[in-house]
Amino acid sequence: MSLVHTAAIPSLTDNQPVVLIRPRTGWLSFDLEAVYRYRGLLYFLVWRDVLVRYKQAAIGITWVVLQPLLTMVVFTVIFGLFAKLPSDGSPYPIFAFTALLPWNYFSQAIARSGISLVSNSNLISKVYFPRLIIPISGALGPLVDFAVSFVILLGMMAWYRVAPTWGVLALPFFTLLAVVTAVAVSLYLSALNVKYRDVGQAIPFLIQFWMYASPVVYSLHLVPAKWRLLYGLNPMVGVIEGFRWALLGNARPDFAVMAMGVVVASVLLLGGLVYFKRTERFFADII
Amino acid sequence: MNSIAICAEHLSKVYDIGARQERYNTLRDRLSSGLRSLTRWKNRPAASNKFWALRDVSFDVPRGEIVGFVGRNGAGKSTLLKLLSRITDPTDGLARIYGRVGSLLEVGTGFHSELTGRENIYLSGAILGMSKGEIDRKLEQIIDFAEIEKFVDTPVKRYSSGMYVRLAFAVAAHLETEILLVDEVLAVGDAAFQKKCLGQMGEVANKEGRTVLFVSHNMAMIHNLCQRVIWLKDGRIARDGAPSDVISSYLAELSQMSSTPLAHRTDRQGRGDVRAVAVELRDATDNALGHPVSGQQVIFRLHYRTEPGKVIRNCRVCITVHKAEALYFLLSTDLVDKTQIDLEGEGTIDLVVPELPLTAGNYDLTTFIQSGPDVQDWVDRAAEMSVIDGDFYGTGRNYPPDWRGATVLVHHSWRHQKYSGQLL
Repeated sequence: MSLVHTAAIPSLTDNQPVVLIRPRTGWLSFDLEAVYRYRGLLYFLVWRDVLVRYKQAAIGITWVVLQPLLTMVVFTVIFGLFAKLPSDGSPYPIFAFTALLPWNYFSQAIARSGISLVSNSNLISKVYFPRLIIPISGALGPLVDFAVSFVILLGMMAWYRVAPTWGVLALPFFTLLAVVTAVAVSLYLSALNVKYRDVGQAIPFLIQFWMYASPVVYSLHLVPAKWRLLYGLNPMVGVIEGFRWALLGNARPDFAVMAMGVVVASVLLLGGLVYFKRTERFFADII
Repeated sequence: MNSIAICAEHLSKVYDIGARQERYNTLRDRLSSGLRSLTRWKNRPAASNKFWALRDVSFDVPRGEIVGFVGRNGAGKSTLLKLLSRITDPTDGLARIYGRVGSLLEVGTGFHSELTGRENIYLSGAILGMSKGEIDRKLEQIIDFAEIEKFVDTPVKRYSSGMYVRLAFAVAAHLETEILLVDEVLAVGDAAFQKKCLGQMGEVANKEGRTVLFVSHNMAMIHNLCQRVIWLKDGRIARDGAPSDVISSYLAELSQMSSTPLAHRTDRQGRGDVRAVAVELRDATDNALGHPVSGQQVIFRLHYRTEPGKVIRNCRVCITVHKAEALYFLLSTDLVDKTQIDLEGEGTIDLVVPELPLTAGNYDLTTFIQSGPDVQDWVDRAAEMSVIDGDFYGTGRNYPPDWRGATVLVHHSWRHQKYSGQLL
């Protein structure tokens, strides 16, 4: 731990109002600068979530390894062996795992972040900080699991002798797209959940539905070409396709679908910010 | 002008009580009521019920001043602190705050029971607005202050409640903001530690010119700590001035107020699905009891009423007996019997004290109803009781009347032994 400290009490040399408290009217100020100022808190909230999760679990970090591996085994047996779904020329286990990597991240992120405001209601009613920090921290925490799964994937690629292509360099971009999509969806879900508690119960169903609407167990090429762009409205399609292309060197990447994902995720994020900011001022009153 | 820390102008806050009760409604209810209002649009819900938690409150606080806020439950004290700490927005009016604000509206905000003391110091510190560097620098001081050296790396779920509170307050006490908003948090913790915290707060305020806004029901504490007191009543400022003046007029009003019938009192807190509507005293033969006598059996009867059609499950019903700030005893259904109570419609709960252990004097009764974790109804000084001296010990002797103050009478016995020179 560093012992460097930055600021004691900042001296007030001028007489400018530091904080002005009044009814909020505008709805287009996202105040993202405040989120940046509170990045320390964001860090501690993510840290808390990760720490608490492993402290409470009896087998701790083993979960992070077991969960995706077991899912992959089940998928391989059911969809690869029994249903004989095509896997674009890669071994089915690795085909499934490359999709599970971003998908597990995404599903964990919205599962946790979607209820994050309500589960942190004690903070919201007792302390001020930019409320955006809460869903964002919920969506960032599962990146730790993502990193662990990534290491497993590297091991599997070595085992199956799959060599990554230069496309690997694009992985951070597709990861970012997954994070943006998760944050965007969580902004709606978490804010709605403050007012309507049944949203929390609908989230597991939403995740299940969403998984089958994404090419996790099957290949994008199973979707008829004329529907593919419509199908690509789901940003996770672009993310998963991107991961497969980057890691497995998929011969026929669908860049149109990926571009569609970027557009939809950005629009979702913008809309989510507007919605969140508009409802935010009532959180402390109704939570 | 240069020395102003807080400037509040016409601050108001309205709560829509109708909307507040709707908060746990489900989406399905919402949809079906939407449909109903479409099909039977004549049957509109009644105009929403507005509640002014705060109305047109203006005041200035010079830098370095310690201001106490007093007032009954529901008078707007906590709402005011929430507005100033930006937790919720005012409906009208504005406030200017010159400096960094730290708010302590709760002890242990953000504490997580699975984390260790050290981890919680970082977490709670960050939530209260400290930077990591600031916490690193103060870690030792905080641990010392809380007196938990040996347990720093133990999860706080294994702490005693005293240790927990000490640690939580130690973090908060080291918050270095120019302005500190404190809501009743000192009410917890043992007396010695309270003193230490007050010392720390006072010291910081004096040395560093820190401005403190302090809400408490503890008049002695307010009197000792504050240079100025603001009395809030029904969301407005009733008086603003020197501590002794404001406190005495507040206390004078308090003794008058308790003559308002309980059912009509608005200075209550809680969700209100069930409310205490009356409190009365009865004797062993169920006759109304005007003046209970020490040693007599007394039934504290609380009449309740629930919202129509609602069943309030897992309730506990309590009455505390106190005087000024001294609490004499607590009667609570869950202390003596683990069955929890479901309340519906109207009825009474009797809390029976076989031998009233109080000396002559006037006492206040506070009622409290809780369902599960939710406070349903809490009325401070819901009723008064004036006790007459009686033969508590059955010896014809009383607590010496010239001894000062009222007290709790305790049955006891004594024995006398003489050293016989043969100690075993």
